[in-house]
Amino acid sequence: MVAATNGALIGSMTSDREGILADWEAAVRGSQRTGRSSPDLQSELSSLYDAILSGVGSGGDIRSEGMGEVRALLNEMSFARARQGYTPTETASAVFALKEPVRGRLPDTQMAEFVEFSTLIDQLGLFTFETFAAARESVIMSQTEQLLELSTPVVKLWDGVLAVPLVGTLDSARTQVVMETLLQTLVDTGSAHAIIDITGVAAVDTQVAQHLLKTVVAARLMGAECIISGIRPQIAQTVVALGIEFGDIPTKATLADALRHVLRQAGFDIVRRNGERS
Amino acid sequence: MERIPIYKIGDILLVSIQIDLQDQDAMNLQDDLSNRVVETGAHGVVIDISALELVDSFIGRMLSTIAAVSRVLDARTVVVGMRPAVAITLVELGLSLPGVETALDVESGLALIASHLSDSEFIDAAVPGAALDD
Amino acid sequence: MTEASDATVVEIASDADVVRVRQLVRGLAVRAGLSLVDQTKLITASSELARNTLVYGGGGRAIVSFTQDNTRRGVEAQFVDEGPGIPDVDQALQDGWTSGSGLGLGLSGSRRLVDVFDLDTDVGAGTRVRIVKWGR
Repeated sequence: MVAATNGALIGSMTSDREGILADWEAAVRGSQRTGRSSPDLQSELSSLYDAILSGVGSGGDIRSEGMGEVRALLNEMSFARARQGYTPTETASAVFALKEPVRGRLPDTQMAEFVEFSTLIDQLGLFTFETFAAARESVIMSQTEQLLELSTPVVKLWDGVLAVPLVGTLDSARTQVVMETLLQTLVDTGSAHAIIDITGVAAVDTQVAQHLLKTVVAARLMGAECIISGIRPQIAQTVVALGIEFGDIPTKATLADALRHVLRQAGFDIVRRNGERS
Repeated sequence: MERIPIYKIGDILLVSIQIDLQDQDAMNLQDDLSNRVVETGAHGVVIDISALELVDSFIGRMLSTIAAVSRVLDARTVVVGMRPAVAITLVELGLSLPGVETALDVESGLALIASHLSDSEFIDAAVPGAALDD
Repeated sequence: MTEASDATVVEIASDADVVRVRQLVRGLAVRAGLSLVDQTKLITASSELARNTLVYGGGGRAIVSFTQDNTRRGVEAQFVDEGPGIPDVDQALQDGWTSGSGLGLGLSGSRRLVDVFDLDTDVGAGTRVRIVKWGR
């Protein structure tokens, strides 16, 4: 929607910039909880103000190119406030609060222009709602990712057979947690076999290999045997190149191979119903 | 000072270490076990350490020595029930307990020894007079 | 900057004292909130060092206390003897358990179990080992 003319609006917003900004800031500060310091809020609002002003000058539709900077600033504002724990209403209200100071400085004869401006501000306010939701989602997602990184599921594949599917990056702290969890689960479940699957592991360096080795040796001391599966060709090459010795620890390319091997070791035979041995 | 009790289950000696071992206790156990193996002609020794919160180098060496001595006396030694924290610490210490076989618990330990015995009987029957080589 | 609170001293003159040191260290480790694995590592290292004090140092004492820095609590243990001292520290720190030669002090192993390991020794002037294990 393009205004027939918004010269008066722009003129007023340009000449009365300081006054409008001051009123705006006061209105925002009055309606919000404490937390934002004066220089912060001031610079935030004045950047937004200038962007809106230039956007209005170039056409006024929130999705237009001229509004690009406004959208970017509102995005930033939404994210920052989402992280700080502001409600989406508070963020939107801050945007809406620009209306009154502008309207107060426009002569009644220019109400048509103001109505358009008001509609624009409405759109901007709603925009912050949308971006706020997106911001919250991304915060939750990154927290979930971190949780996944921390949690290390040890699954029971069969009686006496555990599997640890390792995913992502293995740093020292995380590998230690994996080690302790696996060993404790071996005791808790009375399992004597564990398959450590590294299909999902990005890279194996000397440190990671050492941690894996320590885990296997510790499990052996406890009377359980480990087997490592999911060794991709690149990892196999890295292991050889680094001179890492897996010694007599069995390694298998796939989890399936490892499972077959372990079940046989544990004394199980898998028989297909038509009589064929698997 | 009390000696750690040694139980006989058929052909196998079972020891369950329940106390915080002083070095002297460990030495005594070593002696007592060797004597009992000879006395009873036992073919297996199961040492249950599930109650031990600590295995340091001295106790580790004791376990290795018991295994070595028993082997000479034609008995296999299985250490069972090591706690995760203890296993992790031993690995970090660099102790690998050479010559010591391990199992999850007493039951598995007994089964392990039984399977070794049946193997050796099989070899005996198949080739009379052949040296026992496990 | 670390501060050690009131310390408990245990004379190490016999086998039984080594056990006493273990028990003391265990108590503090639990109260300092160390994880089970860290407790075990600390107590095992303490057992090794206490034994060294007894067997190679001719007896001595252990000084155990809580300690803390800006962000965490921990346990500090010192093992002091007025024995012969360690002639070749570098070699002693390298010796593995399986090496037949050397004093077999297992210092390198103990060092791996703790966060701080300070060794102060001189021939004829005794030995002092200070270890610290932090809670996470």
